Amino acid sequence: MLFLTILSIVLVLIMGIGLYMKSSPIITANSLCKLLSGTSWSPIRGQFGFFPFIIGTIWVTGLAIIFALPISFFTASYLTEYAKPFIKRFVFPTLDILAAIPSVVYGVWGTLVIVPLISKKIAPFFTSFSAGYTVLAGGIVLAIMILPLLISLLLEIFSSVSADLRETSLSLGATKWQTAKYVVCRKTMPGIVASVVLSISRALGETIAVLMVCGNRVIIPHSVLDSCYPLPALIANNYGEMLSMPLYEAALMFAALILFIVVLLFNLASRMIIYKLEKENQ
Amino acid sequence: MKMKLKKTKNYEEIIIKLIMYASTITVFLALACIIYTITAQGLKALSWGMISKLPSGGFYIGKEGGILNAIVGSVYIVGASTIIGLIISIPIVFYLNIYLRKNSKLAYASRLSFDVLFGIPSIVYGAFGFILMVFLGIRASLLGGIITITLLIIPIFVRSIDEIAREFPHDIIDASYSLGATKFETMKVVIRQLSPGIATATLLSVGRAIGDAAAVMFTAGYTDQIPYSLAQPAATLPLAVFFQLSSPIEEVRARAYAAALILTLIVLIFSLSGRLIMNNFSNNKLK
Repeated sequence: MLFLTILSIVLVLIMGIGLYMKSSPIITANSLCKLLSGTSWSPIRGQFGFFPFIIGTIWVTGLAIIFALPISFFTASYLTEYAKPFIKRFVFPTLDILAAIPSVVYGVWGTLVIVPLISKKIAPFFTSFSAGYTVLAGGIVLAIMILPLLISLLLEIFSSVSADLRETSLSLGATKWQTAKYVVCRKTMPGIVASVVLSISRALGETIAVLMVCGNRVIIPHSVLDSCYPLPALIANNYGEMLSMPLYEAALMFAALILFIVVLLFNLASRMIIYKLEKENQ
Repeated sequence: MKMKLKKTKNYEEIIIKLIMYASTITVFLALACIIYTITAQGLKALSWGMISKLPSGGFYIGKEGGILNAIVGSVYIVGASTIIGLIISIPIVFYLNIYLRKNSKLAYASRLSFDVLFGIPSIVYGAFGFILMVFLGIRASLLGGIITITLLIIPIFVRSIDEIAREFPHDIIDASYSLGATKFETMKVVIRQLSPGIATATLLSVGRAIGDAAAVMFTAGYTDQIPYSLAQPAATLPLAVFFQLSSPIEEVRARAYAAALILTLIVLIFSLSGRLIMNNFSNNKLK
């Protein structure tokens, strides 16, 4: 049992080392700086610039958080401060199901509902033509995918605030919202930040749904109605060809390594904050 | 001045309350819209032939047949991974909760690394699984899929079972020890108490693993046939949706919609029954 437990800790290291070993050919062939800031992507000519993919990932993830954070924040505060128990009985299964729906199903929904909606209703106001496979579509789909995670994290954190604090604030004449805003929010700020970072890292790695709605063109998006090509989509889309060209496999493994490192750091930081909060509340 | 202040705070309260209602309703609406879209499209495509026949006429273009290959492939991969995953995860959880002290450093490090592993994207698991397979000399196959999904499912298992085990009353453990039981015998007592919780955790985790596409993409491959050995490639439901959805042919796309509906149904059943067991369990839980 000790062996299994230690093995699992080591697994994180093994993953990192494995990905690094596989991507080392491309890191030695090009400088790290050139790989991350290069804009031209042409595996046949041996040009591997990851900048468009990194920017695409940042756009989609950023948009998803902009959509998801207010909805999650208000839903979570509604559930902790206002909602009657019977409403919670409906909300929790809903969140469970949203969390459980596979990402490919979100992708199908995105292509059937969100993409046509954007190309027919939203895009004509701003540009002459858009196929609908855009940053915006990716952002919306991703936002809904991270809602359940963000809401349940926030719920846990909000409900950890002691009833004494709430009652003190209410007895001073504050409304429930003022209590939520000035007491609960201020008390749980580190926790809120940690939850957001955790959701960002979830959104960063989301693959299939984003791959299905983002358009996958190697460009640097300039508006939310441009298509983009996030890193996970790059890996998933090209795995079939990667063995045929030198350095191509290393390039895709490098993409996976970037994701791994970013997600690892985000997760470590936010989990440590959450652990600390849990400990304080015990 | 005082009146005005009071008024603004009440207005603010009302507006915020409306925003909160709207947010909560958005969550419900999103789910309703997804379920409606998938069901409406899926029901049109679903028939007995769809779930009982193999696709024929060629991958991506063949008009005949159903998605039996993907259903069987998913069941094989997830079934095997669940069994292996549980065999590995349950001892880890017991070690964390019974053998280690409450504030042990090892337990902290281990929980932290499982949380991190849980957060690592499935596409990275896919890439890592691929590296492992190259290292071991396996091609894209059922075995590769099982290895990768097992790696993916272990952190989910450990975290969800650990959550239940942590709430376990320590008195029972102490009572068992005081009767002279060994650690292993105590574990049997604990297992009996925890089994409904473990069942719930298993259902929820399996529901997640069956829908994961990115991890099996590199490692399990895709085929129109049912694999009859571990070395053969295997189709899976999420990939059946993903590959066939982009086909120009109507009948092939219908297979994707049917697969999406079946996948959603499986996940719904797992998730709801998991919650049901949880609720019944918490009613007669020892306090």
